[in-house]
Amino acid sequence: MRLNFCIRCMLGLACVQGYAQTCDYSISGRIIDRHDDSLLTGATLVLLNTGETVYSDLDGIYEFTGLCEGTLNIRVSHPLCEPSNVTISVPSNVPIDFYLEHHYEELGQVTVTGNAYATQSESLLENRVKLSTLEQFAAGSIGDALNTLSGVSSLNTGNTVVKPMINGLHSSRVTIIQNGVRMQDQEWGAEHAPNIDLNTAGQVIVLKGASALQYSGDAIGGVVISEPPRVPVKDSLFGKVILNGATNGRGGSITSTITKTYKSGLYATLQGTVKRFGDFEAPDYVLSNTGVFERDGSIRIGIKDFDYGLEGYYSYFRNDIGILRASHIGGAQDQVAAINSQQPLIIEDFTYDIGVPRQEVTHHLAQVSAFKRIENLGKVSASYNYQFNRRFEYDIRRGDDAEKPAVDLELSTHQISVDLESDLSERVSVKTGVAFNYQNNFANPETGVRRLIPDYDQYRWSVFGISDIELNSNLFLELGARFDYTTMDVLKFYRTSFWELRGYDELFPELEVETFGNQILTNPKPDFANASATAGLNYQFGNGLILYGNYSLATRAPNPSELFSEGLHHSASRIELGDLKFSSEISNKFAVTLQKNEGIFQFTLNPFVHFIDNFILIEPTRVEQTIRGNFQVWEYRQTEANLLGVDVDLRTEITDQFTLTNQFSYVWGQDTTLDIPLINMPPPSMVNALEYNVPKFHGLNLKLQSDYFWKQSRFPDNNFEVFLAETETNELVDVSTPPDAYHLISFMAQMEFPFNNSNNKITVGCVVSNMFNTSYRNYLNRLRYYADDLGRNVGLNIKVNF
Amino acid sequence: MKTISKFLILSLVILGMASCNNDDDNTPDPVNEEEVITTMTITLTPEGGGTPVVLQSRDLDGDGPDPQVITPVTVELVVGVTYNGTIVLLNETETPAENITEEVEEEDDEHQFFYIPSSGLDVTFDYGNFDGDGNPLGTEFTLVANTASTGTVNFVLRHEPNKPNDGTLGDAGGETDISVTWDVEAQ
Repeated sequence: MRLNFCIRCMLGLACVQGYAQTCDYSISGRIIDRHDDSLLTGATLVLLNTGETVYSDLDGIYEFTGLCEGTLNIRVSHPLCEPSNVTISVPSNVPIDFYLEHHYEELGQVTVTGNAYATQSESLLENRVKLSTLEQFAAGSIGDALNTLSGVSSLNTGNTVVKPMINGLHSSRVTIIQNGVRMQDQEWGAEHAPNIDLNTAGQVIVLKGASALQYSGDAIGGVVISEPPRVPVKDSLFGKVILNGATNGRGGSITSTITKTYKSGLYATLQGTVKRFGDFEAPDYVLSNTGVFERDGSIRIGIKDFDYGLEGYYSYFRNDIGILRASHIGGAQDQVAAINSQQPLIIEDFTYDIGVPRQEVTHHLAQVSAFKRIENLGKVSASYNYQFNRRFEYDIRRGDDAEKPAVDLELSTHQISVDLESDLSERVSVKTGVAFNYQNNFANPETGVRRLIPDYDQYRWSVFGISDIELNSNLFLELGARFDYTTMDVLKFYRTSFWELRGYDELFPELEVETFGNQILTNPKPDFANASATAGLNYQFGNGLILYGNYSLATRAPNPSELFSEGLHHSASRIELGDLKFSSEISNKFAVTLQKNEGIFQFTLNPFVHFIDNFILIEPTRVEQTIRGNFQVWEYRQTEANLLGVDVDLRTEITDQFTLTNQFSYVWGQDTTLDIPLINMPPPSMVNALEYNVPKFHGLNLKLQSDYFWKQSRFPDNNFEVFLAETETNELVDVSTPPDAYHLISFMAQMEFPFNNSNNKITVGCVVSNMFNTSYRNYLNRLRYYADDLGRNVGLNIKVNF
Repeated sequence: MKTISKFLILSLVILGMASCNNDDDNTPDPVNEEEVITTMTITLTPEGGGTPVVLQSRDLDGDGPDPQVITPVTVELVVGVTYNGTIVLLNETETPAENITEEVEEEDDEHQFFYIPSSGLDVTFDYGNFDGDGNPLGTEFTLVANTASTGTVNFVLRHEPNKPNDGTLGDAGGETDISVTWDVEAQ
């Protein structure tokens, strides 16, 4: 083969010499995979001067003929590689070979034109969690991986329920997209983690704003998009296995992916994860009943061509999560004892058993999607998906009920959508779509506990349009609008006493259906019309300097929890009351991002201002006497809120091998109606890391990282007093004061070992987190009252790519 | 354009099916809280005869907004008399009312009552029943008013306390199932 190539070269050269001064030169060469030197078939080479296109042949050889003397710009691309632009001069005396970065590792980062803005915003910076970072968190949760981005924190319940928080907002205000499907997994609850196995993702994108209007118009906080890895169009079989072991929790995980692809465009991917940990440990004690047992799987089968594609996808997610035993308490008097105690009141020996309280969640997601390109129209896509979310919460109960779940909810969601992407001109592209969504919630009455979330049917009709406009090669505009109409049909049992106390009996007598003892069945049918819009631009100054500016208007209908909560929330040890009269939240967010992503000093500056009308928050209003003692009553309320903040990322290449990165995030949140700080705003934080890279020595990568979190000084005072009969004293229940500042050091090391002619490799990594076993509590951890956060962990991970 | 209209028609059809499918208007069953204790009745029977003193705390809407009703306003005890106390717990949201005392007594190793008189009140409580390990349960007890005095008594039921304990709530831990306080006058 090589002989053949050389002969060709010589012939080519001979030609060049023979026909000088005419437009009859030719150039040729090979397209080579930089990673393993294999020759790439089917690469596209476009001569940008003339638009002429050639492809590399089965031997990876390309040839342009009939060239004139001068400088040529060639764009080389391959389905699996970063496209590259190269300038060459003609005539050339030597064959010109092109090396492309071609590796499974990089798949997640390849952007393929045509699909680009299906998940992109032109005017908001896309914050990416790369595949390599996701793999480091293979044994963790998606929330942990997202925490590595500036401006993204998490609201935790212990260390296994990790809810992403973007610029201070979480739960229903953050939309999570998996494989193009908006997750419907009871995201309203603060202690409900996203039901996603992060090992299904090729990369995860975070948009700190509501501009991904093709998915939702109510993402007031932002959007998290988990994208599957791309598959190449060639005959191939590849995959990976990642094994993880960790000392803290004495457990680990195994995750594996295998993909088979065909040149015809057919592909299939099978993926699975099992994760098992026992009780985690704080520096000084075992966090009893905090184990986790997760098992997930997904399968994807499809065919993809330039003109059409069809795909079926199914994923299964199952997680059993232990909730710190010491966090389950009775009333205010128990709260005093738990908060005042330096350590959890219940500490038992380490075990893998998950007792009560615990959550058992299962999520099924099935989707069929197809697209077809139609000449003079564009790309039409259609999809149908079904999600089924089952949630059990087991509590500490008495007698016959001990084995029964206290919460048993089934949430089913069907969605059908049709989109059209068209290029109106070379510079203007438009994407429009319609969607219909039906959701049913069923709360099983067998629990013997009044329903936390009532039975309901919800119907939502949506329509959106987004346009990208290229004003010139440096300036892009983006405009979008969306409208959602939501209507609910709810069957809710209220306590008659509450129904009357709120005056609902006079406001909404038409909703009353029937009275059962001290409960009343009602049939509210709220509906919400929500408009959202976005406008923005990005300007490329050159040298990697880009300015993004974005305005987004988002409106969010209140979620079932905010509307219908009415009773004791055991996991929070408080009575929570919603309000039937709530209207939609209206958010206006302005964000500017200045980014420089080339050169030895790179940075991202991202200040924002965010005004939210009808912001729904929950706050304590009084203490209620019950036979079980005193409970604090928290009521949802609507107010005006302002959030201001900035996220900063800096990256300095000190030498070829040393890189210093810094992250800083700050959010200022204020309830402007009452002029008090908003609760649960992330404290200012700073992350500094020093990385040492020697790519040539087994891809050696060493990283020392420091995470510093200030004490949150801005918080509302929700403390209250309770009388303790035993000591005959009034004791303060301090549920407000944030914990002290803390500083954590971690270290990571990684090396790669190719085998089998460099086609495969083993990557071995080691992580030490909380190196000095620092005792600390995190303001955004709902269990911070009861126990310290995690102590030191030493983890080992081994990845095999084949 | 034809393909588009096909897609639209398809979506409308599915939309229609989805809407129809779930029109069955079956009314959900109400849930009666099975574990809730609405009512605690403490009967103090004087040894050697006499009218029993009955203390009751009743909160029929559980953790709903209605306050619990505590009777009597002041519990009157006679100095020197020994009272045999029994505690009955009911869930009156169910019909007929469920006797929770039976459950508590079945799970005697996981429960314990505590009687906490205020410092000015000179009374003595003694446990009247015990779990299988000989640790106090306390749905039965004796009460003696030693001298004329006034104050309060707080009755607390703890679920899953440490057993044995030193008789204080702090040492017992666990979770509060009941905590009710009465004004008491011994004369």
